Amino acid sequence: MPLEFEKPIEELEAKIAELEGFAASSGVDLSGELHVLRERLAQLKSETFDNLSRWERVQLARAPGRPTTLDVIGGLMTDFVELSGDRTFGEDAAVVGGLARLEGTSVVVVGHQKGRDTKENIKRNFAMPHPEGYRKAMRLMDLADRFGRPFIAFIDTPGAYPGISAEERGQAWVIAQSIQRMARLRVPAIAIILGEGGSGGALAIGVGNRVLILENAWYSVISPESCAAILWRDAKEAAKAAEALKLSAPDLLSLGIVDRIIPEPGGGAHRNPAATLANIKQALLASLAELRSLGPGELFEDRYRRFRGLGRYQT
Amino acid sequence: MALERLFRRRRAQGEARDIPELWVKCPKCDAQIYKKDLETNLHVCPKCGHHLRLSADKRIEMLADAGTFEQITGLKPADPLGFVDTEPYPKRLERYQKEAGRPDAIVGGRCTIGGVESVLLVMDYAFAGGSMGSVVGEEITRGIELAAQENRAVVIVSVSGGARMQEAALSLMQMAKTTLALDRLWAQKLPYVSILTDPTTGGVTASFAAIADVILAEPGALIGFAGPRVIKQTIRQDLPEGFQRSEFLLKHGMVDQVVDRRQLKETVAMVLKLLHPRTVNHAG
Repeated sequence: MPLEFEKPIEELEAKIAELEGFAASSGVDLSGELHVLRERLAQLKSETFDNLSRWERVQLARAPGRPTTLDVIGGLMTDFVELSGDRTFGEDAAVVGGLARLEGTSVVVVGHQKGRDTKENIKRNFAMPHPEGYRKAMRLMDLADRFGRPFIAFIDTPGAYPGISAEERGQAWVIAQSIQRMARLRVPAIAIILGEGGSGGALAIGVGNRVLILENAWYSVISPESCAAILWRDAKEAAKAAEALKLSAPDLLSLGIVDRIIPEPGGGAHRNPAATLANIKQALLASLAELRSLGPGELFEDRYRRFRGLGRYQT
Repeated sequence: MALERLFRRRRAQGEARDIPELWVKCPKCDAQIYKKDLETNLHVCPKCGHHLRLSADKRIEMLADAGTFEQITGLKPADPLGFVDTEPYPKRLERYQKEAGRPDAIVGGRCTIGGVESVLLVMDYAFAGGSMGSVVGEEITRGIELAAQENRAVVIVSVSGGARMQEAALSLMQMAKTTLALDRLWAQKLPYVSILTDPTTGGVTASFAAIADVILAEPGALIGFAGPRVIKQTIRQDLPEGFQRSEFLLKHGMVDQVVDRRQLKETVAMVLKLLHPRTVNHAG
């Protein structure tokens, strides 16, 4: 299903395809008409995608077909060995992780995992982790430290799960612990926001030396819908909330919250996952290269300095 | 007859004048409490033990040794996002500042607690529901760093509806900043006691409030990650009795003790004396 603002583009694309088909089968020369239509399509695309509102970006960040953590791991890395469980309570499918190889280097990876269909989304709780998911992530951070492997985290969650079981098992406690654990890593740590960066549940695996974000991903303290429900008393005002929250990649770059924007192919990552993966890989390797010369203590201090400086106030 | 009428009238006037000023109704047991009694009892209902909300200034008075508190906070909030919802953020800030009588939702300073050199940081619910934006995050961080420099213990009293929406991702980053700062303290083996009061939720719980050496909670306080309303909407069920209250958290292993406010200072002082490196070799 196309997004609302994608519909005119899809309609025009369908029309062009239909005309091309007719031209081919009938032998009628429609090259003039097709040329005009293709120009209009290009214009329509640039009008739509060069001026995306923040709310439209949020929709792109949630679009079905957008690369998920497992897609990215599969596309960028080899020898992926998935590791499961928190060794305390259970396995949380909303968070995936394990060992893998990136351009010959062995790394530890973790990420929120959205389902690629409804059935998988239910299994993965729509990428909303319980405390077990964060404990699994912390276990993987331990592993990265012990074996001196770079730690790579992929962020894509609407937020940590707000439910009774999660509260009973200390959701707030594990998020705080995971933030602290990741901050203490003595290896290079990169966090990449792939789609949704929903509040504390995202930040729990977001304490990287470098924080990267895909062009249309968002990252904020609250989702636009929840913010609208509280401040406007109407979740339907989400578009206004998205604007006010300044949650887009360019906003976050100017505030110093992210270090690098990873470009998405025209129309968004879901339109061309392969090109998206190539861009992620390039950015990830460049960020890792920047950290290559830093020793374990320096990596810790680099992360401390990075987050210490965030905030705006008057003296 | 005339005398009786006079009496009646005076009593009626007396009630109208006296009740709102001198008497407070306990929200839990409905008892009418003489306001002075409530104050000397640290805003704990003498009838049922319910803990009413205590102002940040009263908290300092209660926890810091008399005459030792020296304020270190005073940063003012900015409007980095130009945030406007139904009104502009600076307008809201002005109103909160007037209501709370301070620039943002925190006050803190150097003091001694039971004789132990400390930094005491207290959040203020009267300012925007104790929400955490850049100022709260920066003051907490500076307080912790100061304690690390001067070999002081840290005591933080949390009361917060969570991170402040009007500073969006910058508020979120305060969770990381404050949590990272605690490493400076731990590296020097200086104790940190976190006191959770009603309510402590969201980004404050999920950062510095939850990773202390010792976590104490006041009785009956609402403490959690997600607020009860959000959880109810998500699961579409009624929440169990006592859910997310201090006693529930104690039962689930998340806090060390639920401490009556009237014993809080004594408990905090005892912990600090037991843990602070400078007091290790002292008797008593």
